[in-house]
Amino acid sequence: MADGEMANAKAPGRYAGAIDCDLHPAVPGMNVLLPYLDEYWREMVSVRALDRLNLALTSYPQNAPLSCRPDWKLADGEKPGASLQAMQEHVLDRYQQRFGILNCLYGAQVMHSEDMAAVFCRATNDWIRDEWLSRDPRLRASIVIAAHSTEHAVAEIERRADDMRFVQVLMLVSGEVTLGRRQLWPIYRLAEKHGLPVGIHAGSAYRYAPTAVGWPSYFVEDYVSQSAAFENQLQSMISEGVFAKFPGLKVVAIESGLTWLSGFAWRADKTWKGVRAEVPWVTRAPSEIVREHVRFTVQPIDATDEAAAILRLIDHLRSDELFLFSTDYPHWQFDGDAALPDGLSASLLRKIVSDNALATYPRLVKADRAMEIAV
Amino acid sequence: MSIVELERSGAARSRLRIIDCDIHPAMTSWTEVHPYLAKQWIDHLSVYGSHLRHAFSEALSHPRMSPDAARVDAYPEEGGPPGSSLELMRTQHLDPNGVETGMLIPLRWNPGSQRNLDFGVALTQAMNTWQVERWVKNEPRLRASVLIAQEDTGASVAEIDARAGDPNFTQILVLPKTDEPFGRRRYWPIFEAAVRSNLPIAIHVGGTNGHPSTGGGWASYYMEEHNTVAETMQAILTSLVFEGVFERFPQLRVVIMEGGLGWIPSLTARMDKHWSRLRSEVPHLKRPPSEYIREQVWFTTQPMEEPGTAAQLIDLFDRIGWDRLLFSTDYPHWDFDDPRYAFRANLSEAQRDQLLYGNAQAFYGLP
Repeated sequence: MADGEMANAKAPGRYAGAIDCDLHPAVPGMNVLLPYLDEYWREMVSVRALDRLNLALTSYPQNAPLSCRPDWKLADGEKPGASLQAMQEHVLDRYQQRFGILNCLYGAQVMHSEDMAAVFCRATNDWIRDEWLSRDPRLRASIVIAAHSTEHAVAEIERRADDMRFVQVLMLVSGEVTLGRRQLWPIYRLAEKHGLPVGIHAGSAYRYAPTAVGWPSYFVEDYVSQSAAFENQLQSMISEGVFAKFPGLKVVAIESGLTWLSGFAWRADKTWKGVRAEVPWVTRAPSEIVREHVRFTVQPIDATDEAAAILRLIDHLRSDELFLFSTDYPHWQFDGDAALPDGLSASLLRKIVSDNALATYPRLVKADRAMEIAV
Repeated sequence: MSIVELERSGAARSRLRIIDCDIHPAMTSWTEVHPYLAKQWIDHLSVYGSHLRHAFSEALSHPRMSPDAARVDAYPEEGGPPGSSLELMRTQHLDPNGVETGMLIPLRWNPGSQRNLDFGVALTQAMNTWQVERWVKNEPRLRASVLIAQEDTGASVAEIDARAGDPNFTQILVLPKTDEPFGRRRYWPIFEAAVRSNLPIAIHVGGTNGHPSTGGGWASYYMEEHNTVAETMQAILTSLVFEGVFERFPQLRVVIMEGGLGWIPSLTARMDKHWSRLRSEVPHLKRPPSEYIREQVWFTTQPMEEPGTAAQLIDLFDRIGWDRLLFSTDYPHWDFDDPRYAFRANLSEAQRDQLLYGNAQAFYGLP
């Protein structure tokens, strides 16, 4: 690449037309959800003072450096990601994004009571629809569900299915059961039916220790261990036969990091060759299944040599269709406009910035119809 | 003869030399360790049995795809499980594969995972003596590992001190499924004793601690479970780094056994990346995680990675560091790595010698 091109490589216009596959809108407080609760739950909120609970997830401590980029902080201590106007200014407008997909991380999806979790997931989705999707036509959203409550999750997906602005089903990578388990299959069946990829986001419901050796001391360990959680859960989905059962299903690993994929693919393929008799429905090598069914949002690029890391992964996985553009707004993964590193070819850049996402999310381009329904 | 196949044209040598860092000896019968156990514990085992944190008192939670997870050709003619016959180990492995030194990694009974701590401690003492009496004394090519019951830190330190200076032992052995991440402070006296004894700590796949095999629940299939051991090793290494174990004990040397290799460069880079953002949480780390790992951690090679191309394998070794790789076969287990076929790349004679012999020779201070 010529020097002049290099100098311009990180200009914001480089991402024009981008599809940002990981934006985090913050629920400012439970009070915004109250209009969407029925009488019983409004009373419960009042009697139990639920609205005074801070349901920020342990996976993203509110003030940890990673949770918000310094120049994306909001005035007056407002929660990072709580302002649509700021999100527009910081990423949607700045990068001339075509679409942005909202992945709301809020306590609703991890509540122990299935009933309470379902009610607040539903309210969260209603709030996203009214306060975000209806206020910016570029925005799309993931359907927030409590995955440990399959019956309620299915009902919630059905409730949103006709609104094409909901383009994905959102789950945390570490929940109550490994993600391949059959009890979750009604969720996958419905996702496949409606062209909704299942977005698996970093983070844990903390039903168990985050690692198989117990509870680490530090948040940085929890965050580092997210990639291992993705390895585990992809292995679970492959071994249980999710992709054999639902050949149209797409999974998007969100904020998973990327570089672990090489080692994962090698080990998964080798192990499968040795023990595949145990899982006769897994008729293809795990790396092939990943290539066909799984995509990864690009931030964080968990390497210090970012461009080399991406090119190495493309060589190892033999595909340039795996990675989807994301800013992970407002999380602090990169500075300035370096959402992608220098050193990627123009054609690869286009694939990552938009083409791969368009191929992954069939509902994205049904935008006009979505707007009609909204009105 | 296998040795002939190992020779490379233009660089013929009379004999290939191997140090095998992962050999699993087995007992023909439990009574083999009776001479080294107090009657109390012999009785205890016969009455209460092994008491672990999983569903089966004797069996593994996830049945393997072959009996004893073993090579089908490794059963001794005289009976007993694979790995229980020294004679077969010699004729099947040590002799034909040119093993000059073999490191014993006994896994039976999971002493470090026993819920009854006193029983676990007694087992480690007995099995340590058993390794010497039954194996090392009869086969000078073999070396023993100091098993410890790591949840009883005081007893572990006492056992390390008792074996320190005994040339029959080359390392301390811990299985990674510890009660807490192994870098936590409660285990630091073990690291102190390791440094004092100048013994590296080997962490070999295994153990049970009651935690699900993933942070999101239990694996259903052996295929999954078998892969979670790599993530378990990642968690152990992450803990050792971020707790500051390497910073506090710069002389400590750790070797991770049978955890795979493909994840090492990526995890190391991932730690560096997120440390740079979150380092205010861990001010006790003075350097990037990669530096501690590069200087204080080694890895055994089995199960060898099989990337798509030989160049990718070489690149992987480059990024881990050639001098950090210790060859191992995992004899007599099913996923045994044969030194003739394990490396799917054209290695130079010097590279092959370094991986098969030189690195382990230097690491263990062998003559």
